[in-house]
Parts: sequence; C-alpha cells; structure tokens
Amino acid sequence: MLNFFLLILIYSGIYALMALGQNVITGYGGMLSLTQAGFFAIGSYATAILSTRFGFSFWATLPPAALLSALCGLLIGLPTLRLKGDYLAIATLGFGEIVRNVLNNWDSLTRGPMGIQKIPMPTIFGFVINPYTKYSFLVMVVIFVAIAYVLFQRLARSRMGRALAAIREDEIAAEAMGINITKYKVYAFILGASVAGIAGSLQAVFTLSVTPGTYTFMVSVMVLCMVVLGGMGNFKASILGAFIIQLISYFPQLTGLTSVIPPQFKQILFGLILVVMMIWRPQGLLGREEIRYGNEEGEKA
Amino acid sequence: MTILETERLTRAYGGVIAVNNVDFQVEGGLITGLIGPNGAGKTTLFNNMTGLDTPSSGKVRFMGKDITGYPAHKICRLGIARTFQNIRLFKDLTVAENVMIGRHFKTGKDETKGRFLNALKSYIHLKEEENAIYDKALQWLDFFDMHSYRSELARNLPYGKQRELEIARALATDPQLLFLDEPAAGMNPQETEHLIRIIRKIRELGITVVLIEHDMRLVMNICDSITVLNYGEKLAEGTPTEIKNNPLVIEAYLGRDE
Amino acid sequence: MGIAEFFQHLTNGLTLGGIYALIALGYTMVYGILKFINFAHGDVLMVGSYAGLFIYNALRGDASLGPWVLIAFFLAMLASMVISALLGVTIERVAYKPLRKATRLAPLLSAIGVSFILSNSAAWAFGTNSKKFHYPFDNTPFVFKGVVITPHQILILSVSLVMMVILKIFVDRTRMGKAMRATSLDQQTAMLMGINVDRVISLTFSIGSALAAVGGILIALDFKVYATMGTMTGLKAFVAAVFGGIGNITGAMVGGILLGILETFGVAIFGIPSGLKDTIAFGVLIIILLVKPAGLLGKDEKEKV
Repeated sequence: MLNFFLLILIYSGIYALMALGQNVITGYGGMLSLTQAGFFAIGSYATAILSTRFGFSFWATLPPAALLSALCGLLIGLPTLRLKGDYLAIATLGFGEIVRNVLNNWDSLTRGPMGIQKIPMPTIFGFVINPYTKYSFLVMVVIFVAIAYVLFQRLARSRMGRALAAIREDEIAAEAMGINITKYKVYAFILGASVAGIAGSLQAVFTLSVTPGTYTFMVSVMVLCMVVLGGMGNFKASILGAFIIQLISYFPQLTGLTSVIPPQFKQILFGLILVVMMIWRPQGLLGREEIRYGNEEGEKA
Repeated sequence: MTILETERLTRAYGGVIAVNNVDFQVEGGLITGLIGPNGAGKTTLFNNMTGLDTPSSGKVRFMGKDITGYPAHKICRLGIARTFQNIRLFKDLTVAENVMIGRHFKTGKDETKGRFLNALKSYIHLKEEENAIYDKALQWLDFFDMHSYRSELARNLPYGKQRELEIARALATDPQLLFLDEPAAGMNPQETEHLIRIIRKIRELGITVVLIEHDMRLVMNICDSITVLNYGEKLAEGTPTEIKNNPLVIEAYLGRDE
Repeated sequence: MGIAEFFQHLTNGLTLGGIYALIALGYTMVYGILKFINFAHGDVLMVGSYAGLFIYNALRGDASLGPWVLIAFFLAMLASMVISALLGVTIERVAYKPLRKATRLAPLLSAIGVSFILSNSAAWAFGTNSKKFHYPFDNTPFVFKGVVITPHQILILSVSLVMMVILKIFVDRTRMGKAMRATSLDQQTAMLMGINVDRVISLTFSIGSALAAVGGILIALDFKVYATMGTMTGLKAFVAAVFGGIGNITGAMVGGILLGILETFGVAIFGIPSGLKDTIAFGVLIIILLVKPAGLLGKDEKEKV
C-alpha cells in the first residue's frame, strides 16, 4: 500500500512537470496546446535511445532530451502560433499523433510498437536510483519539480509573465505596447515543451522501458485536466492538480475496486472535470495567482 | 519640425479604398487633430501609421526614418504609442499591471551588455527591477489622479477612467508621439474637461499628440493644427479657425445647400 | 497512370470525400455561428453510428438481404439522425450554452471534455471490440468502363449528394436558413431583428449532428463501428472544413471532396505509405493555414481595430 502511494507520488511529480509546462502555454499564454504527450514521448525516446545505444548516462541524456523537445516545440510553434486558438489546438493535436505515428513506424530507431527495453537506471556518485525501491526515485522527482517550480515562478513574476498575460488578454493591444507577441508565444512553447521532455526522460528511467502506446492523446488531456482543475495561471495549482488527477487515476487500484470500476472510469471523470470546471469554476480550485508589487500589503493596512 | 509624415499613403481593401493618397504631417510638440465624417478613413490612417495595418502603397516616415510596414511592436519601441477607439485594456489585469505592461521594453536594458547578460541580470535582480517598474507605473497613475485605483481590475473601472488608463498605459512607453483614437468618446462633460486638462499636460511634457475626435468643442479647443479627411482623401488642413471657416469642410459635415 | 486507373482513384476519392464533406458541414456550421470548434462532433458521429447499428439490427432481425433490409437500413439511418440531433442539441445546452460569455478557451475545453465522456462511455457500454455493420445489399463490385465500383460507393455518393442539396436549399431559400445566415454574420443584430438565436443554434447543432450520423453509418459499412471511430474521422473532416474555409457551407463540401481526392491520390501517386495516410490531412492543414488561413472559399477576416 505504501509502495503504491509512492508510485502515485512519483507519477504526480512527473506529470506535474508536464502540467507546469502546459500552464505556461495555456494558463499564462492563453494558447490551447494539446501536445504535451508528444513532447513527453520525445523526451522519453531521447533518453531511451541515447542511453541504450550510445551509452549516455541518464544525466547526459537530459540536455538533448530537453533540447530536442524544445526544437519540436519551435517547429510546431513557428508556423501555427500566428493562428487563432482553435486552429492551434487542432494543429498541436495533429502533431502529437504524428509523433506517435513516427515512433510506431520508424523501426530502425525506435523499434516500432515493441519499444525499447532495458534502459539503465540513473546513478549519482555511484548510488543507483532504483525505481523499484522508489524512495530515492521520489526524492529525485521532487527535486526536479522543485527546481522547475522555482524557475517558472520567477519567470511568471517577471516581465515575461506580464507579457504573456498581455498577449492572453489582447494580442493587438500587447503588440501596440511594444511586445513582440510571436517571440513570447514561441518562448512559452519552448519552455512548455522542454519541461515535458524532461518529464519524459524521468518517465523512461522510471519504467525502464518505453513503448509508443504510453504517449497517447489521453496523456495530453490528463495534463490539461491538471491545469484546469488546479487553476490556470498558478503553478502551485498545477502541482496540486497533478496530484489529484493521479489520485483519481489510481483510485480503483487504491481502493481495491478494480473489478467493480470499469477501466474507462477515469477518462470519463477527466471529461466531466473539464466540463464541470468550465461551467462552475473556470478559475480552477486555487484560481489565478495574484502578484503583489512594492509594499502594497503595507499600504492597504 | 515635422516628426511624422505620410507620403501618398493609400490603403485599399479589395476594391474599397479606405485611405487614398494622403499626405499627412505632424509637427513636433503640437497637438494635431484628425477629423472627418464617419468612414472617412481616420482610424485606417492611424492603423497604417502605427503598424497594425500595412499600406497598399505610399510611405510613413518617423523622425526622417522610413517605418512603412514595420510591425506594431517595433514602431512602439521607436517612440509612437497609441490608444484605441473601442478601448483595448487588459481587462482582467489590475490597473497598475496595465501600466506596467507599457514599460515592457523599457526594462532590463543595458546597451553595453549583450541580450543574454541583460536577461540574466534581470532574472537575478527580479525583485528590484519589478519594484522599479511598479513605481514608474504609479507615477503615471498619479499623473491621472488614479493612484487609488491601482489594485482594481481594469474591467471594474468607470468608463471614463478606462479611457484615461489606456492613455496612461501608452504614456508608460515613454513615447515621443502619442496617437489618441477618439479619447473623449462616451465621456460626460466633466470627464471631457478632465481629459482636456490631461492632454494639455501631456503636451507640456514635450510629447506630440495626434487625436481623432468627433467632439468639435474639444478639437477646436486644444488642437494647434487640424487635418480633415473625407472619403479617404485629405480635404483640408490648417488652424482651427481656418478649418472652421473652410467651405469644403462645412459641406463635408453638413452637406451641400441646394 | 491510365485513364481507367485515374477514374478509379477519382471514384474512390470522391466517395471518401463525400463522407468527409457530410461531417465537415457540422464543424463549419457550428463554427460559423458560435466561432468555436466542436471537438465532440466526431463522437456524436460515433454515437449516431451505434444507434443506427442497433436499430438496424433490431429491425432486420435475421434477414441479411432483401427489400425489407434496405428499408430497415434507411429507417435506422433516419432514427439515428434524430437521436444524434437530440444528442447534439443536448450537448450544446449543457456544455456550451453556459459558456457563451466565457473566455474563448472555455467552450473548447468543455468540448474536449464532452468528447472524452462520450467516447469512453461508449467503450464502457458497448465494449472495445468493433462491431460489423452489414451491408443492406449485395456489395459485389461491378466494372464500368474499366472502373471498379461498389454499390456502397454509389450509396455514399447519392446519399451525400442528396443531403448536401437539401441543406443548400434549406440554408439559401428558407426563412430558417436565412435566420441562420444572419446569426452567423452578426449574432447581436440578428437578435435585435427578432431572430431567436437560441433556436438557430439548436437547429445548427441538430442539422450538423444528423449529417454526422449519416456520415458515420456510411463509414461504418466499410470500417465497422467502434468507440473511437469519431476521433480520426472527425479530425479529418475538420481539416476539410478549414480547407474549404471554415464557416462556409459550400466550402465544407468542396474541402471534404478535395481532401478525399488528395488522400486517395496521395497514396496512389506519391506512394505515401498507407500507414501514414492520416498524415496527409495534417500536412494539408498546415499548408492551408500557412498559405491561405481563410481556406479556399473563406474570406480573410481581420479583427477590426
């Protein structure tokens, strides 16, 4: 049972990374991207291929994984970011499907549907971070989430966060205020993509094998759900959302009711969460984060 | 000195010519009015000078530099700011944040260092930098007597204040030239009075103002020079008195006496 | 490529395109009026196909061929159109209507939610195995001037043609059609002119959903019925709608047919592996969005400043 709870925490962490990225794109930038699964897959496969074929250590696979995902973010971003939100959603969804198509068909590199197994475990100073015992792995994931959170939080509170907010509110006015909107949209996409790539690397060394079947549209929708449930424009909320959604995901196993609850239960619930949140609480559980400047609090007293 | 001019600027949408061969000059330090009946092409001319639209032909020059076809954000960085006819505030951000966005490209610049170092520096000194932007934004809010609104969401402001906030946001970019698209539209007489005082104060700061306005009392009251557009073409230009007595202008507004 | 081969691919492309066009109409009509992509459209198609299948099987009993089977097929199609229309209207009322004044992202997210609910509920209720939809006629192909044609293809072409002609007449010639066009041009003004916008929206959803059900059943005859059948088909139909110019009814028809032809010829001529056939549609989408975002028949609409 404890073991199982650790598993949920680890997955919450991996997904929280993706959710942070999604939040930059959707929560701050107001762009609906449906392709976190695609970047997740690219990160996973980068780590899997580099470590099994080329003998890279896990740590050495991280920069290429993030970079490759970022590059794909740029690739999908540049032509489509000029488009309105709805088109962007479809184009990114298509991109995710293409990634999966390629993983399934590029046998010489990805071994197709069979996937890649026997990915080496990460080590640090000779200590093996063993996913089976989970504790050390959990610590590693928490550190990753913490670093990403701090970095993202600072960016959101800088003029970049404000520029994205301006773009979300009114692109034309933002442009007229001297903000290069294409540049910031691409930045958001690159950030969101690279952190999802890192999440993919962690996923690869957690399951120690990768197959295309893991990286479905469902993953993108789960991540979206985490952001919507927690609250758009709030990074703490994304982490909370990731935890709640993972808890729901594993609810049947957690309660031992797998035989009673249909396997589609969680997907239906995710769908319901999206609809219900939009209607009753579009700001999410925690709402958008308010930023205080100067000594505002003092002034109010 | 002419700081901005258009040369035979034309903007056609398909077969409809919204602006036709217009030569428009703006003298530095003055308040220039751009008037004309509805559909005369005033806003189109604005959009073509501020980069939100691209001329079909003709040129736009700012301080002697050809800026035709520049994207809006670049033009803003060169020192031209604007407001919009139908108020385009960042409605769900606070009043202070709206003005802070105007400071966007004014921040974290140190010409002696490269972009990366600048970015790194502002990342490390985030708090100080943000506070500095905030203080600057508050100064502009003081200029409009709007200090007390600073933490309100822009959407909750009364209409007249929303128009003023838009001007404050534009001023925060430290422009040399400010375009105001119907700043008094929808304002009551008291609000208009306040606006007139503000526009005069803006001129005292050395900022050149161009405004589109239908409120003739306001236009005749504060403009140093007026250009009249009709059916996309320049009909007349001159001082308020000249314009008031120009038969062509009177005809355009009131129609011909048969 | 010989003439006969060319016409063979053309026939195959036209039939595929006819189906895309039927489904694309639903996307385009909803977009025209509410300015958002109804992500759940493909799943309405799936539910319609299941409904058609069950009713058809119940009506025909053990019979597999004969006039009654054909009648049963068309009755089932009609019933499935009604059911899908009701479903479409219900979805709009429950999941989209409360969001008309919300941010642009809200209805999109809600639609993704509805899509997930529908497809997974279907998988739960009807299982994950695909179900065969028997041809209501003998589908033995015949050869016409060297071109192999199946009766199914003739059914597709005639049904989609009839549906599109009816729709076109309805939209262009009737009072309700005029109300629809007015609403899509300017909702506010339409309302002031006494048009019941809510009713127009419901009507739009019901027509779009009914057409989707027809498209679904026509596909199901070849490719069976399953819970996720709406996803890829829906996406491609959406691409067709964008191709023709989203919001434009004629555009959706043209876009659908062109996309069908492009896919068929892409595999036949350019030798694109059929495993990557789906990628063609997305390639078309990206190119269209880059070159002419308004689509073939759409008008460039710039936001008024």
